[in-house]
Amino acid sequence: MTHKQKILYFIYLHRTGLTVTGLSITLLLYPLYENNPYTLGLTNLIAINAIVVLGLNLFIGYAGQISLGHAAFFGLGAYGSAIATVTFEISPWPAMFLVAVIVALVALLVGIPILRLSGHYLAMATLGLSFVVHAILLQWDEVTGGPSGFSGIPYLSFGSFQFDDEIRLHYLLWGFTLISLLLCLNLVRSGVGRGLSALSGDEVAAEALGVNTRNAKIKIFVLSAVLASVAGSLFAHCYSFVSPDSFDIFASTDMVIMVVIGGMGSIWGSLFGAALITLLPEWMDLFETYKDFVHGGILVVILLFLPQGLVTGLVDMVKIKLALRRQKDAAT
Amino acid sequence: MLQLEQVSKNFGGLPALSDVSFTVPKGKLTALIGPNGAGKSTLVNCVTGVLEPSSGKIYFQQQQLNNLPAHKISRLGISRTFQNLKIFPRLTVLDNILTGLTREGGDSMLLAMLRLPDLRHRERQLKLRALESLDRFGLADKANWPVGILAYGDKKRVELARATVGQPQLILLDEPVAGLNSEETAAVGQQLRLMRSSGHTMLLIEHDMELVMDIADQVVVLDSGRCIATGTPDEIRRNPLVLEAYLGRMDATA
Repeated sequence: MTHKQKILYFIYLHRTGLTVTGLSITLLLYPLYENNPYTLGLTNLIAINAIVVLGLNLFIGYAGQISLGHAAFFGLGAYGSAIATVTFEISPWPAMFLVAVIVALVALLVGIPILRLSGHYLAMATLGLSFVVHAILLQWDEVTGGPSGFSGIPYLSFGSFQFDDEIRLHYLLWGFTLISLLLCLNLVRSGVGRGLSALSGDEVAAEALGVNTRNAKIKIFVLSAVLASVAGSLFAHCYSFVSPDSFDIFASTDMVIMVVIGGMGSIWGSLFGAALITLLPEWMDLFETYKDFVHGGILVVILLFLPQGLVTGLVDMVKIKLALRRQKDAAT
Repeated sequence: MLQLEQVSKNFGGLPALSDVSFTVPKGKLTALIGPNGAGKSTLVNCVTGVLEPSSGKIYFQQQQLNNLPAHKISRLGISRTFQNLKIFPRLTVLDNILTGLTREGGDSMLLAMLRLPDLRHRERQLKLRALESLDRFGLADKANWPVGILAYGDKKRVELARATVGQPQLILLDEPVAGLNSEETAAVGQQLRLMRSSGHTMLLIEHDMELVMDIADQVVVLDSGRCIATGTPDEIRRNPLVLEAYLGRMDATA
């Protein structure tokens, strides 16, 4: 091998690690270049959404299931942290952990019966979950503050160091996002991850390969719920205020749209999807007003032409083109 | 190694298998033949846990398989291929083979997410084994292709490689040469012969008589859900019941 080939091979072999390192360095230096609080606020929101989307993409993209209810877990995480820290005066970090455990239990209890369903039926069941949680947040005034929301949530802090401005939050939130990203990347590159892709391809075949499909679905559902809950807690501590509107059915569908844009089973695509949908309303006023129409339109167009999702679909197309060309070269 | 005792399966009131008994001896290639609708695929599905037998017992190395879920049966060391190809078209060829090593990749989601050094090490070994198996089936140069674009014969070989890469104790092959041309059939036959000589135990379900008579050590004949004959290929060829039910009819049409 020549020197150049060696370097290229090294890059190819360590492509995942190198990309993660590159992204981390970029994010580390980003506040030096951009210190406008408004812009940082936006990228912080991307970070929060990305955590939810990463988990949801494991469930939808890798395991091949569908959930229209992840805003429920997001909301439970946010309100859980709010209630635990303000009403019960538990300090934020243990509260976040405690809430994640409780949400995991809720997801387990909900998941065991509803993951027997598939396709449209599973979509309806998770949609129902979203409605129930939203209704509880809206109606149970004494605990949740009802439609006017819940305010006065403390910032996260280490000792006297408070995560209270955008730059500090940038590091906190993207730190969490990068950790989630790494965990997800590791998961999909393992035997468990391959079991999940087998499961989304064909359940009978997956069983024949030794995958416990029922347990795998429940586990990945719980994992994605925990990620959504952690993101919810961060959301609450980041804005010190939560209201039921952030966790309604449209929030759930927005998350699914982010997954679809990122593409089924693409961890990197999840970041892209979260970024694009979070930024769209900022780029054009039109999107702000007719947000739901635009999102619905995007969803329909993508699913019509690239059922695997935007990023994955395009990447697949390129891969197939390249392989076909090589096949032709080999034949001639 | 695999022992069936009076296995029956009814769909509603309709018997698909009635009182089927035979054994698959270790290290041998047993072929299961029979006309369409004889219950061959139903039998494979009963053995692998996709279907639950209505009555009768199935033993694998003295362990009873009834009531075990499919993934547990697979983990005992029984792997299979499917009549109508169940490979994962979006994964690369290499990843498809790696799914055949799922049971060795570890079950713990937490450990998978942490990806500690010993898991990295194991992943590398699994990858090497997968590449080795691709090499055996002559697919090494296509390792990184999406499997969806392969020719049908190559896809069949991918499934065969996936079923064998985990070194299973018993391999169930559901029509591995269906839809292949004579050249590809010969290649698969050669592959099966190699596998048998390296000591694999196999149960082969096949319509291709030439292949079956050529490579089987033992042949079991099913007709309308009943086991009508068991024996060596030569005995089966001469068995009047078989000729009537199966080969005779084929001769008449051929």
